[in-house]
Amino acid sequence: MSKELIRLSDCFMKFDDDVILDHINLYINDKEFLTLLGPSGCGKTTTLRIIGGFQKPTSGDVYFDGVRINDVPPHKRKVNTVFQKYALFTHMNIFENVAFGLRVNKIPDPNNPNRMVKVPEAEIKQRVEEALALVNLAGYGKRSVNSLSGGQQQRVAIARAIVNRPQVLLLDEPLGALDLKLRKDMQIELKRIQQQVGITFIYVTHDQEEALTMSDTIVVMNEGKIQQIGTPEDIYNEPKNAFVADFIGESNIIDGIMHEDYVVGMYGRKFKCLDKGFAPGEAVDVVIRPEDIDIVPEAEGQLTGTVTEVTFKGIHYDIIVDFRGFKWLIQTTDYSPVGAKIGVKIDPDGFHIMKKSQYSGTFGDYSSYSSEYDELNEDRLEENEDEE
Amino acid sequence: MKNKWLAAPYVVWMAIFVVAPLILVVVFAFTGQDGSVTLDNFSNMGTYVPAFWHSFGLAIAATLICILIGYPLAYFLSREKLMVRKVAMMLIMLPMWMNFLLRTYAWMSILDDNGLINQFLSSIGFFNVWNAIFGTNIQFFHMINTQGAIVLGMVYNFLPFMVLPIFSVIDKIDPKVIEAAQDLGASSSMVFRKVIFPLSLPGVLSGVTMVFIPSVSTFALSRLLGGGKTLLLGDLIEMQFLGNAYNPHLGSAIALVMMVIVLVMMAIMNRFGEGEEGVAVL
Repeated sequence: MSKELIRLSDCFMKFDDDVILDHINLYINDKEFLTLLGPSGCGKTTTLRIIGGFQKPTSGDVYFDGVRINDVPPHKRKVNTVFQKYALFTHMNIFENVAFGLRVNKIPDPNNPNRMVKVPEAEIKQRVEEALALVNLAGYGKRSVNSLSGGQQQRVAIARAIVNRPQVLLLDEPLGALDLKLRKDMQIELKRIQQQVGITFIYVTHDQEEALTMSDTIVVMNEGKIQQIGTPEDIYNEPKNAFVADFIGESNIIDGIMHEDYVVGMYGRKFKCLDKGFAPGEAVDVVIRPEDIDIVPEAEGQLTGTVTEVTFKGIHYDIIVDFRGFKWLIQTTDYSPVGAKIGVKIDPDGFHIMKKSQYSGTFGDYSSYSSEYDELNEDRLEENEDEE
Repeated sequence: MKNKWLAAPYVVWMAIFVVAPLILVVVFAFTGQDGSVTLDNFSNMGTYVPAFWHSFGLAIAATLICILIGYPLAYFLSREKLMVRKVAMMLIMLPMWMNFLLRTYAWMSILDDNGLINQFLSSIGFFNVWNAIFGTNIQFFHMINTQGAIVLGMVYNFLPFMVLPIFSVIDKIDPKVIEAAQDLGASSSMVFRKVIFPLSLPGVLSGVTMVFIPSVSTFALSRLLGGGKTLLLGDLIEMQFLGNAYNPHLGSAIALVMMVIVLVMMAIMNRFGEGEEGVAVL
């Protein structure tokens, strides 16, 4: 699990005058499920294409198994790709699509290792059928590409990419074109496939839930820079800055002051927390997840505020509460009507303290709650269309 | 659904000027000069078999040459920058805006024994060198009034109809599909053979249709560039209607047979290209 397979060393990439990747350093372990997560234009797809060999970094090096591969073309890399919109060969049936990788590659002759020969037809048949079975499409070989649904086409794309037995599979937003229900099924399915074939998956997505569900390691990117690398739990519970905290799940991010170890101040009050190691009096960002906040009667609250908006979400209510002009999002199963004065209680482990960063003050305020949701939706649409 | 009446003018037009003449051609083909129903027009066609061979032979040659020239042109153009593509397309289309006869007359003066090419070659002393090497004694290449000149005329006139459909099909191939093929291990030549070429076949098919059909039925070209030595179907039919050999019944029968042969050829081609996406020929 811990053997290093791919290393990006100080990768810098410029397109015209735009910096796409700003000196990225990243290593990827063998057999790991790693997700590159970030909004549109953050450089995640470019990173993937550099590993696949479709783009060269302006400067910096790419290593595969210790060998520099900057100048190795895509067809000579032990890496295969599942493309965003499948990119299947519409002039071939499903079997031939999957067999493509085997037909264009030669293997050493078993009788004479110096000679390269075609893969024997019997082996092609067996391996294609194995690959189709792995993605639950056994028996679909004779069908045409266009007779398949989006989800099935995606499975064909996966089978086609793993039939060559690559050491690494690159997946470029492979579920982006599927509907929500299918996407959730495929997430679990992809994780199963990864464990079954036992190879490294590098997965690109802008969907934080997808990243949390499948990944061993998440790399959060923004503006061509890596913001944080960690396990899903690390990223969610210990975000490094306001961008990560906001991008991974909902977060209330409030200006605070670290009075001493384990004591943070905000709204002129002191709260117990579990964080330490800050300078006394240091200004910090305080992250409070909406589900870590308990609503209590006004008199018992550590803070009191007024409910301004309530939305029913099925398993919980999204409640927007105004605390002296700064609006918080609280997720709770207890209903409170708009206009109610409420108190809130937060346990010490509900606080997460972050150092101030360039993103401080730009995220984590729910004052423009509903319009922010619209923006999120717009971003998503845009992403599906534009992401290169 | 009242909008469908907007199509009425063209439907009427088609009925009068497409369907009715077709019926007339069939009627004429199966009747004699005296108006009686007969198959004589077909049984008498034997004399004209060479015209069929020439027409189809030259049209096939012209179509093949158009593919050989047009495909690489279309392929490389599709990979060029937008500006280059626009200019090149313009240049390819430009001759089509000039009158067909005018263009053909121009070729006559280019190919003539005393034409541009021969004058140029003799002015640089080409024939002296040629004669010295091959021990011949020629003062010009004889190009006009040959079958080659007819094929050249067809290629020159119909090449744009080959380039444009191939170009538009190749241009629409998703670059991701090509990347996928590279990613799976295909070298550039394999990407072309196994992906780009098969995907571009629909364009080739419609190009073939658009070059072959006008080539096989062309007239005037053989008279102007072939010196009237090679009788082609187009000229033969013209003669039956407007010429000395006046016999519209025979002319109709020849036209009908030609149409049937072309239809059968196209049907075979479409079968060949079946399963391809967007086969839009015929």
